[in-house]
Amino acid sequence: MKAIKRGVLLLTLLAIPLILAGCDSKLIVFDPKGPIARSLTDLIVYSIIFMLVIVVVVFVLFGYIVWKYRAKPGDGNFEPKEEKGNHVLEIIWFVIPIIIVIALMVPTVKTIYEVEDVPQGYEEEEPLVIHVTSADWKWIFSYPDQDIETVNYVNIPADHPVQFKMTSAGTMQSFWVPELAGQKYTMANMQTKLYMVADMPGSYYGRNTNFNGQGYAHMEFEVQAMTNEDFNEWVQEVKNTANDLTEEEYAELLEPTIIGRKTYNQTHLQWIDHAHGGSEKYLNPEMYRITHGDEEHSEEENTDNESEDEQADIETEEEATDSVSHEEHAHH
Amino acid sequence: MSLDEFFVTGDPMILASQIAIGLTMVGLIALITYLKKWKWLWTEWFTTVDHKKIGIMYILAGVLMFFRGGVDGLLMKAQTSRPELGFLDAQHYDEIFTTHGVIMILFMAMPMLIGIMNVVVPLQIGARDVAFPKLNALSFWLFFAGAMLFNVSFVIGGSPDAGWTSYFPLAGKEFTPGVGNNYYAIALQIAGIGTLATGINFVVTIIKMRAPGMSWMKMPIFTWTSLVTSIIIVAAFPIFTVALAYMSLDRLFGTHFFTVAAGGDPMLWLNLFWLWGHPEVYIVVLPAFGMFSEVIATFARKNLYGYKSMVFAVAGIAFLSMLVWVHHFYTMGNSAAVNSIFSLTTMMIAIPTGVKIFNWLFTLRKGRIEFSTSMLWALAFIPCFTIGGVTGVMLAMAAADYQYHNTMFLVAHFHYVLIPGVVFAVFAALYYWWPKMFGFKLNEKIGKWHFWLFVIGFNFTFMPMFFVGLDGMSRRMYTYSESTGWGAWLGFSAVGSLIMAAGFAALCYNIYWSFRYASRDVGSDPWNGRTLEWATASPAPHYNFAVVPEVEKLDDFWYKKKEGKLGLKKSDLKSVHMPSNSWTPVFLGVAFGIVGFFLVFEWFTLAIISSVLIVIGLVANSFDYDDGYHIPVDELEKEEREWRGELK
Repeated sequence: MKAIKRGVLLLTLLAIPLILAGCDSKLIVFDPKGPIARSLTDLIVYSIIFMLVIVVVVFVLFGYIVWKYRAKPGDGNFEPKEEKGNHVLEIIWFVIPIIIVIALMVPTVKTIYEVEDVPQGYEEEEPLVIHVTSADWKWIFSYPDQDIETVNYVNIPADHPVQFKMTSAGTMQSFWVPELAGQKYTMANMQTKLYMVADMPGSYYGRNTNFNGQGYAHMEFEVQAMTNEDFNEWVQEVKNTANDLTEEEYAELLEPTIIGRKTYNQTHLQWIDHAHGGSEKYLNPEMYRITHGDEEHSEEENTDNESEDEQADIETEEEATDSVSHEEHAHH
Repeated sequence: MSLDEFFVTGDPMILASQIAIGLTMVGLIALITYLKKWKWLWTEWFTTVDHKKIGIMYILAGVLMFFRGGVDGLLMKAQTSRPELGFLDAQHYDEIFTTHGVIMILFMAMPMLIGIMNVVVPLQIGARDVAFPKLNALSFWLFFAGAMLFNVSFVIGGSPDAGWTSYFPLAGKEFTPGVGNNYYAIALQIAGIGTLATGINFVVTIIKMRAPGMSWMKMPIFTWTSLVTSIIIVAAFPIFTVALAYMSLDRLFGTHFFTVAAGGDPMLWLNLFWLWGHPEVYIVVLPAFGMFSEVIATFARKNLYGYKSMVFAVAGIAFLSMLVWVHHFYTMGNSAAVNSIFSLTTMMIAIPTGVKIFNWLFTLRKGRIEFSTSMLWALAFIPCFTIGGVTGVMLAMAAADYQYHNTMFLVAHFHYVLIPGVVFAVFAALYYWWPKMFGFKLNEKIGKWHFWLFVIGFNFTFMPMFFVGLDGMSRRMYTYSESTGWGAWLGFSAVGSLIMAAGFAALCYNIYWSFRYASRDVGSDPWNGRTLEWATASPAPHYNFAVVPEVEKLDDFWYKKKEGKLGLKKSDLKSVHMPSNSWTPVFLGVAFGIVGFFLVFEWFTLAIISSVLIVIGLVANSFDYDDGYHIPVDELEKEEREWRGELK
């Protein structure tokens, strides 16, 4: 009896996410805003239908069997018959999973190839190339053709393919924009590529999913998709108003800090592309040293004059997060 | 290094733990001295080579580590129960999720399963001990030294903080210059040597020491899964040994295997780690499958359905387990072809696993299902594990994984695999084999409290994580803002974790209660079992079987029991050869622990000096000519009469 109750309970519990997921797309992964994310979502929904069927079959069989063949007080010395097994049945439940695997494999492979390329319908357009450099604990975006650089936000033209060429200045991160493109690692001395298209202008949530130390939880960024005109206007404005990025300022950027948004003229690619080595020049292990529980002490010890800046930067960051990546996320 | 760097200072919680640990140690030592139990501890436990006692020590260590890892989990749940809580800071949280993972996998799941294997496998195959009893003791003490070394990190020097996967470059000196991750490299290496030795020991034991007549296809299913697990240990652990050796060289001696600088390759660590790490999942899950099979067959009063296909399924899973490691990093920028191939191999694991689920269901079908606590765990496993399994297939689809990878969805998935697959199995096994270990049953009524609290708490804790994962929450975040809307889910999850903790408390109370009050009159075969371990007394005598049983078929004991062919002929009794106790394993364990500690702090002079202890232990062991002792026939007769009554 109890076992049945549990079965029912579990079934309901399991049904909730699937129903929510299938019908009303409120969770961010089920709310794609671009063709690449959409093909991922389609694949996910397709697989959930299969999984739902499997779960229902197993749960129903389980509930039925456990209920029907439970020991009853009247059983006395009833001794169940021994069963060796049944070849036909065993072959059936060997073949059914194989069929399911094939049914899942075909669209999976199709999607795997699809997302590694310019999305359908955009093959004719020349993708905008943006270099992504992840550092502790911030995202640096370089526009080589426009010769500008941004930190913790990236503006892209909507309805136009963008190719991200990604690397890291140190620890490994993972660049994730769930509404637009899924995710991929960023690694020092290596380059990964990710395509992205946003259907419509809007603000999209992006974050690092790969743990990389103390500032990890705050390592978010905003993808701001805008019309072509707005994008070009923004580029012009940056070129007219933003300061030039200097090598000293860049080295400071790479220090392990949590900071707000920044915008620069020129890109760091003129000195270093972390995809091709040389990151160690900017690394200083002493900045990562931890003195347990005694934070003021550690700041004095490690970052000397940095501590004030850092304090200020964290405040900016808070403002930034308020106004940025969570806005579109607040629809929950 | 100054003293305030040596001890972790400044945090009131850690200070409280330091004081608590100090007081507990003093209290324990005082208690043992007061009760005059030192000699008993030394001769009965520390120096024992008896597989059953070693198994019990493993299980005890596993329960302790479950407590430690569980407290870590509760702290994490408390910190994330509301948005922007300041209960733990980022660094503290990072250390806690790291130790939670390492402890739960390597110092809880592993010793629990190896402990149960130790107790049960020799009994199931009708052997008197494992093939290398002294090596077995060494395995335990190395594991224990590794576990203690790892645990001491949170009060001395600071805990590892790069996740249980310890990904480079983060885990390298470039980004974590403290001693924390040295603990990871050294403690896991020491424990790992012990595990590797266990693997070798059980492979040899199962191949060479089965009772006469027990051919491969007459072996109990738990023994089969233990054999396959041992083979995977032997195949996979050396990879981890090498990876940890590189890690130690990088961290202690400045080499560049995994560094960002000087052409190191951090991704090599990811590959090596998961080449071991994925098989490791099956190392812990396969024996659990064996335990469920035994429990389900016993309490359905039927033989295991499709025994042969079960054996092939286990072997198939083991084979595939070595071919799927890339699915842990589909997002590394592999080519589409690579991701497709590993999606396929990963999904293929669902095929033998599905076969097993259906075989269990059909074992239950037409049976007479008794809801003992042990059986309840096995039954709850089927639906819960199915959820873990289907979400695993979803994660296996590389493209879809671009949305799940490193999110709470993944965290929910592997808890749905490992908790039903391993923890439920361990509980089922403890209730089932407890009388064979101790001669009394655990209380069934408290057991049901344990069961319901734990299972409900488990589902409440981990089900919400699927949602927040799909809603954009990545794993290992110590905090999140209110506007994300995750607070409600995670608050619910935190309540669930408290219910789970209450379930664990019920288990501890059950052990205490049963030790004091449970009936000692349980007989040799309290569950009406099917396999050989039930053919001898409960608790099993130190020589296991007065006469090694002869086996004619699968579940031989069951049929002999029904045909009334059990019983012992006095004329069959011969003196039994048993291994003697040895002090070298525990001595070597301590020696490795000391050397390891000095290596963690990079005090190389002290490490070299203290490694003399290891040499002494090894030399002493080599000159140990003790080849055991014989139990005379009249002593055997006396012990056997005690539980059998008159002999034939």
